[in-house]
Amino acid sequence: MTYTLKILRRERNVQASYWESFTYEAVSEGDTVASALTALNTSTSPKNAEGESSRPIEWECSCLQKRCGACAMVIDGRPRLACDALLNESKTGELRVEPLRKFPVVCDLTVDRTILYDNLKTLRLWPSVEAELADECRDLAYESSECIQCGCCLEVCPNFYAEGPFFGMATVPLTTRLLTELSPADYREIARQYAKHTFAGCGKSLACKDVCPRRIDTEKLLVNANALAVWKRKKEKRK
Amino acid sequence: MEQNKQVNVVGAGLAGLAAAITLAEQGVGCRLISAQPSERAQSVLAEGGINAALDTMGEHDTPAEHFADTMRGGCFLEAESAVRNLTDHAPEVVRWLVRLGAPLMAKDGQLILRNFGGQKKKRTAYAKASTGKIIMTALIDEARKYEAQGLIRRYPHHELTGITVEDCNLKSIAVRDLFTQEMRAFTGRTILCTGGLNGFFEGMTTGTTPNTGNAAAIAFSAGVAFANLEMIQYHPTTMGITGKRMLVSEAARGEGGRLFIMRDGKPWYFMEEKYPELGNLMPRDVISREMVFVKREKGCEGEVCLDMRALDEFVWQHKLSDLRAEIIAYQHIDPKTDPVPVSPGIHFFMGGVRVDDRHETNVKGLFAAGEAACKYHGANRLGGNSMLGATFGGRVAALSAAQSAGHSEETVLTEAPPEPSHPECRAELREILLQGLGIVRTASEMQKAEEAMSLKCDAEQLTAIDRSRALLGLAMLQSALARKESRGAHYREDFPERDEAFRKLTLATCENGAIRLRFVSADAGEVD
Repeated sequence: MTYTLKILRRERNVQASYWESFTYEAVSEGDTVASALTALNTSTSPKNAEGESSRPIEWECSCLQKRCGACAMVIDGRPRLACDALLNESKTGELRVEPLRKFPVVCDLTVDRTILYDNLKTLRLWPSVEAELADECRDLAYESSECIQCGCCLEVCPNFYAEGPFFGMATVPLTTRLLTELSPADYREIARQYAKHTFAGCGKSLACKDVCPRRIDTEKLLVNANALAVWKRKKEKRK
Repeated sequence: MEQNKQVNVVGAGLAGLAAAITLAEQGVGCRLISAQPSERAQSVLAEGGINAALDTMGEHDTPAEHFADTMRGGCFLEAESAVRNLTDHAPEVVRWLVRLGAPLMAKDGQLILRNFGGQKKKRTAYAKASTGKIIMTALIDEARKYEAQGLIRRYPHHELTGITVEDCNLKSIAVRDLFTQEMRAFTGRTILCTGGLNGFFEGMTTGTTPNTGNAAAIAFSAGVAFANLEMIQYHPTTMGITGKRMLVSEAARGEGGRLFIMRDGKPWYFMEEKYPELGNLMPRDVISREMVFVKREKGCEGEVCLDMRALDEFVWQHKLSDLRAEIIAYQHIDPKTDPVPVSPGIHFFMGGVRVDDRHETNVKGLFAAGEAACKYHGANRLGGNSMLGATFGGRVAALSAAQSAGHSEETVLTEAPPEPSHPECRAELREILLQGLGIVRTASEMQKAEEAMSLKCDAEQLTAIDRSRALLGLAMLQSALARKESRGAHYREDFPERDEAFRKLTLATCENGAIRLRFVSADAGEVD
């Protein structure tokens, strides 16, 4: 089956974007948008759908198996990992591929996600003392360690915008991990920052839950983080 | 705080993070340079676990036994002093990770350990099938603390483009900002944590794509010595997906998964028959070879399959849930109900930048750790020893670099970034290397590959980086040809036996554009 990828491209240091289409002949049922981009870039000058020589398509990728978050982009209007987007999910055979829209575009599908890391720093997300993890909290700490900082949750969030006061779901898993592993006295500052930058701005649309490529139960983590950081519930009573 | 001391760490995976945090603990600053953020590092893919003789399972395990297993697994191709350091410190390394909050599996405050290949006792600490990910999360959070203090300064989206050496001393490194294309040079002590040579076998390894091997090629051309380049670990159980090989963790066999091939219409569990004691948990090199051999046997047909149908629900729910989800997603097979076809894929490079026991290279001021370095794993790495080697090695390299670290200068360069490697050239090199460096090797195939690679090295119109890559590729092939024996991952049909005369390291250097290859003692902790 031949697929057409309609890619929203942009040169470095240029503001205007343009669409360019490429065709890809699928090799297997498991082929994804990442497979197509990888194959197109095996040439220094990939041919576009019109048969003209083009330049390689810039995109970030790393693990190619949904575990690192590098290849997050918007595919047919939905934020997802290119390595998780099976081509045969497309009914028409034509897929629209765009960079994430809430981050500045560097080139083509590569965006600058620096704000994600700046926000984590503002929230002071690090252990100030040695961790003490109770057996009953271990599964929650494990699940909240799984966030890959891809940015998909922020793309669909109605309240998040870069540089805004609300930091979005991308900060919640790491907050939950630290709240789970530290004592209330040791997470006081984290809780304060969380209340200000996450709790206060979250409208609970939970759109994030639908798009997380790691299938993290964002609602559960949010409930736990709110309970500990804002409502000061004790860990023993929390599930 | 020693404000003026500054070290460059290239690579922000497990070894790089361990090094950066250790430097910060010493009050030494560092630039943490990486093409992508730590969340994208190959270390997050490590599934199985991390080894340490913590003896929490009532089996009377000791570091001495961990040492013996590692030496035996590595076919005695590493200095005892180095391996003893590693295995003696392993419990301390794992306890450090626990203190940082890595939620490894535990009960009543005691870590739970599991079986892993090549080891007779339960020694592998783990967290379901995402051990690497949860350890990385803990280290990333810890590093953030020092970033906020200004001790760790990240250079994200930067790649190494040059290493300048004068009289065997490191002068500076050059990096390129992948976003802006701006070039910078840094002087000072530098630790390479740039991972293995996956990029030489693009699409054929279980590794990640930013792991291009370019840093290694640059280091080699600059005169950095590499050892045991022929030692490439093929993991027996991988599955092909587009762009890479996907790993089926050794944990699947540790929990009871069994390999078989159909012979005369019936499943033949060949590992259990041939190796009754360790069976499906024999070292990886042995299993990968057996998988090649059984396919040649009369009456055998089809692919080798991994049978996980007997694993109980608890294992699937609590230990291998991620693995099952991946197999279903990419192969459309449910391992609970059907055997999964598997084949060996390139998984780890035991060879790399040769370092002494302090993790310094032959170039003074340049250090290496993690898979980038040749240390600890000899001719074959045991499962669970890579995360240990990366964490411990990163810490040792950091302590060594910190001792002699001084002021480091940063210069913005006006020169244009070097021309990138060409994908067409990379593909050519890969095909040549695959011809010579398979699981079962022959002199004629290796010679043919060596000739082809020599031609490539002399070809005109290569970019500088592609020429460096071809040179390192040639060194890999020459190392394999020179080792006229079979040991660990290096198996030759023309020399199928181990020969004690070759209990030495192949050491390759690039001198004035030509390769110099020699054998050096495996017992020396120093770089020749």
